[in-house]
Amino acid sequence: MKFLLRLFCALACSLTLSHAFAAEDETPRQTLARAILAENAATKRTILGSLVGRADEEVGELLVAWRQDALFIYTTPDNTRIPVRLIGPADAAGTHAAVRVIDGEPLTDAAGAPLRLDKGDLESVDHNANLRRAMKAVLDLIDLGAALPAKRIQAIKTIGQSQDAEKLPAIQARLEIETDKNAIVALREARALIMLKSAKDEDRLEALRELKEVHTLSSTDFIKGALSDAQRRNHTQLTNAARAALNAVDLHRAKVDFFGTLFRSLSLGSILLIVALGLAITFGLMGVINMAHGEMIAIGAYTTYVVQNIFGSGLALSPFGISLSLPGINSSGWVYQSYFIVALPLSFLCAAFVGILLERSVIQFLYRRPLESLLATWGVSLILQQILRLTFGANNVQVSSPIYLSGNWTVNDILFGWNRVFVICFAGLIVFGVYLVLTRTSLGLLIRAVMQNRGMAACMGVRTTRVNMLTFGLGSGLAGLAGAFLSQIGNVGPSLGQSYIVDSFMVVVVGGVGNLVGTVISGLGIGSLDQFIQQYSPALASAFATVPFVGGFLQNLAQDSAVFGKILVLCGIILFLQWRPAGLFVTRTRSLD
Amino acid sequence: MNDSSSSSRARLEIIAIAVIATLLIVVIPVLNAQGVISNFHLNLWGKYLCYALLAISVDLLWGHTGLLSLGQALFFALGGYMHGMYLMRMIGDLGQHKQPIPDFLVFLGWTKLPAFWEPFDSFGFALAMVFVLPGIVALIFGFLAFRSRIKGVYFSILTQALTYAGALIFFRNNTLMGGNNGFTDFKFILGFDFRDPATPRWLFIATAVTLLLVFLGCRWLHTTKFGLVQRAVRDGENRVLFSGYASAHYKLFVFVLAAIIAAVGGALYVPQVGIINPSEMTPDKSLEAVVWVAVGGRATLIGPIIGAISVNALKSWATRAIPDLWLVLLGGLFILVVLFLPGGLVSLPKRLAPLWQKFRRPSAPAAESAGKAAKQ
Repeated sequence: MKFLLRLFCALACSLTLSHAFAAEDETPRQTLARAILAENAATKRTILGSLVGRADEEVGELLVAWRQDALFIYTTPDNTRIPVRLIGPADAAGTHAAVRVIDGEPLTDAAGAPLRLDKGDLESVDHNANLRRAMKAVLDLIDLGAALPAKRIQAIKTIGQSQDAEKLPAIQARLEIETDKNAIVALREARALIMLKSAKDEDRLEALRELKEVHTLSSTDFIKGALSDAQRRNHTQLTNAARAALNAVDLHRAKVDFFGTLFRSLSLGSILLIVALGLAITFGLMGVINMAHGEMIAIGAYTTYVVQNIFGSGLALSPFGISLSLPGINSSGWVYQSYFIVALPLSFLCAAFVGILLERSVIQFLYRRPLESLLATWGVSLILQQILRLTFGANNVQVSSPIYLSGNWTVNDILFGWNRVFVICFAGLIVFGVYLVLTRTSLGLLIRAVMQNRGMAACMGVRTTRVNMLTFGLGSGLAGLAGAFLSQIGNVGPSLGQSYIVDSFMVVVVGGVGNLVGTVISGLGIGSLDQFIQQYSPALASAFATVPFVGGFLQNLAQDSAVFGKILVLCGIILFLQWRPAGLFVTRTRSLD
Repeated sequence: MNDSSSSSRARLEIIAIAVIATLLIVVIPVLNAQGVISNFHLNLWGKYLCYALLAISVDLLWGHTGLLSLGQALFFALGGYMHGMYLMRMIGDLGQHKQPIPDFLVFLGWTKLPAFWEPFDSFGFALAMVFVLPGIVALIFGFLAFRSRIKGVYFSILTQALTYAGALIFFRNNTLMGGNNGFTDFKFILGFDFRDPATPRWLFIATAVTLLLVFLGCRWLHTTKFGLVQRAVRDGENRVLFSGYASAHYKLFVFVLAAIIAAVGGALYVPQVGIINPSEMTPDKSLEAVVWVAVGGRATLIGPIIGAISVNALKSWATRAIPDLWLVLLGGLFILVVLFLPGGLVSLPKRLAPLWQKFRRPSAPAAESAGKAAKQ
């Protein structure tokens, strides 16, 4: 009997040996089971070695279990040996539930009922120092087989950057079975990077060719290193290959920069657009530049903050020495995440309410004096800012993004933040909504009538004071919405509005009075101009360096791309107004001011 | 009768100006030298007078020409910076790093003075730059703005953006103008030590004299044909254009002039306050100066001076007594003045006169009857 068994095992061993490297269609678990059943330690080690780069987290866990003596071999009544892992606590009889190593299914008897096993009855799977070393090799590279592609890519990149030649087989093995597109690129990069360190020139040449094909951004420094090395050795072929690879990477980088900048332009433009839209409407209607518009933005952002805290654990405020505590509903999960959806309309309503209050109390007396209304609203802005400061504190408050706004997509190395994508989409929606309000509702009709000719509209029986009030409410509400978005993108503080107000004034001035299309174009245009100048300011700097007298100053200025962008945009706007003094789209009128 | 009353009024005004000027230029410094007025208060008043210069420059534009410029703080600070560069050079190697170049340059890793700093060793050059740099900035900006007939709120927004851009530039460390902290720790001016109490006194006198000259100059300008066109531009620019005047030229001249007045104010401000930094050139500071003018009274020349001094005195008190509510107070004051007192403090006597009359009228017969009673 025993002899027969041994014969069977030997046969199995020889079979597995011959199949040790031809087992691509095997799952990692099956390979592990085979390793456990293998007769001698050398074979086990060989099979374990084939797991490098293929093992996923589950296999990793099983390997750890093996090391901790938690794996056993169960022999069925018909003498089939099944590797199992005992799980759960022992019951009164000292037996455990068992799962099969081969597929993770519970172990059942012939009738299909789960079997409970006693440790003492089982053959334990032993291990020695060599086997443990083999296991460690698998476990060290376990992330290479991680179920999540992002984790896998991270592991691959780490290996590639270490340029460790010993890990080349693992990379090679993974490359053969990898299906994820990004992971394949990462694997090819890693393989090429490791080969770049090889002593043989052919390998390096091959590696550089490969790097040229994958042109990943992370390989730049390595290619540069190879290039300088090749130049030092006067190796023409290698130098050329490295140059070609570097050019490919640079071209790719230029593309990524360009499209990334385009995306950021669009998102900044959308923010400016939302901020400026309300301003454009009130300005177009009333000729009033509302300096307190920025504070409407801040009110919207703080509304979001308050709503978030009410959904969370509540909020304690002490405005003017009065202590006020808002109870929280302590929600979590999706209910909590949906706070932003609730905050959007609320921030609109809060800002609109404050706006109407402002219109009734101050602005309605100043329609004939636009310059002075600018000054009075500045006074309002000071007061509102101080009230916000006294209520919420002078420091920035923390608004955490809901999970559906805090991730990002990476397409071709270009980062698309969800919050920015959301802002772009929502800006589109808002513009469309405002368009509908202005052209399809009776309020819109009245607004346009008053905009075109206030006196005539009043003569026709339009209650212009009411239209003013509602328009101001609409404009302020839009600012509040903008604030809700800005809370997802930057800091929320009492002077939040101040950082956007100058830019949004510019948008209104360039766009032309009360024109939706003009505001959209100028918002997006100014946003893009700003972002593109920021991105390409070093290039611009060298171009400007030749300007007489101020060349050096401009070059110095371009070191801070953000400041440089803002200043060039301002200059651009002033020059633009030489060409179109009243903005992009002018409302033609026969009246002379 | 009208003639004689106006001439007597003019005489009264001249006497009032002479009295106030003597008070500021002679009496206060003498009292300070005698120890009656403390150095602190003298310094404070010196600061107010600099602000008064800034207010006059705002009034010249807003009150007399109808251009609400929010860029005056930029010119004020530019003038201050130009003078500040000279004062920084006068520190010599007495700075904290004991180097022959200003401390912040040492901090940025410079061992040699940047080329554009070198001429500022000369007081004359710095003084010239106080006029030239803000003048050139105003000239270029004003030329572009007035050429394309940017006016009203548009002009305000653009000047606001200009100030904002200026502040952004000066906030950078690499502009080599002291960055965030600006210039401070001055030691000498024209060889006089700032620790000597006579130095601030002479600075005060210089400020008062400058203010007097600027005030008289603007008053004179007001009476000329130029001043007439200036006011006409404010009240109906199109009619001025149709009458054949190139209003853009007038506006440009006033804009540059106002910029230089503001810059001189800034140049006098820096040695007295002892610090200049980019927070002086934010749009908010410009708006604050507009508040002074509005509170004092637009288009009156004396109003801005009264406004600048009174609002700043209020500020000095309020920022110590009620620091949390100071901004609310300022904003509220502004709203109230714009809504209810468009003429500012200067118009207060005129507005109160009818009330006074009403108060007088019922009491006048009573007084008469009382007199009759006494006779009898």
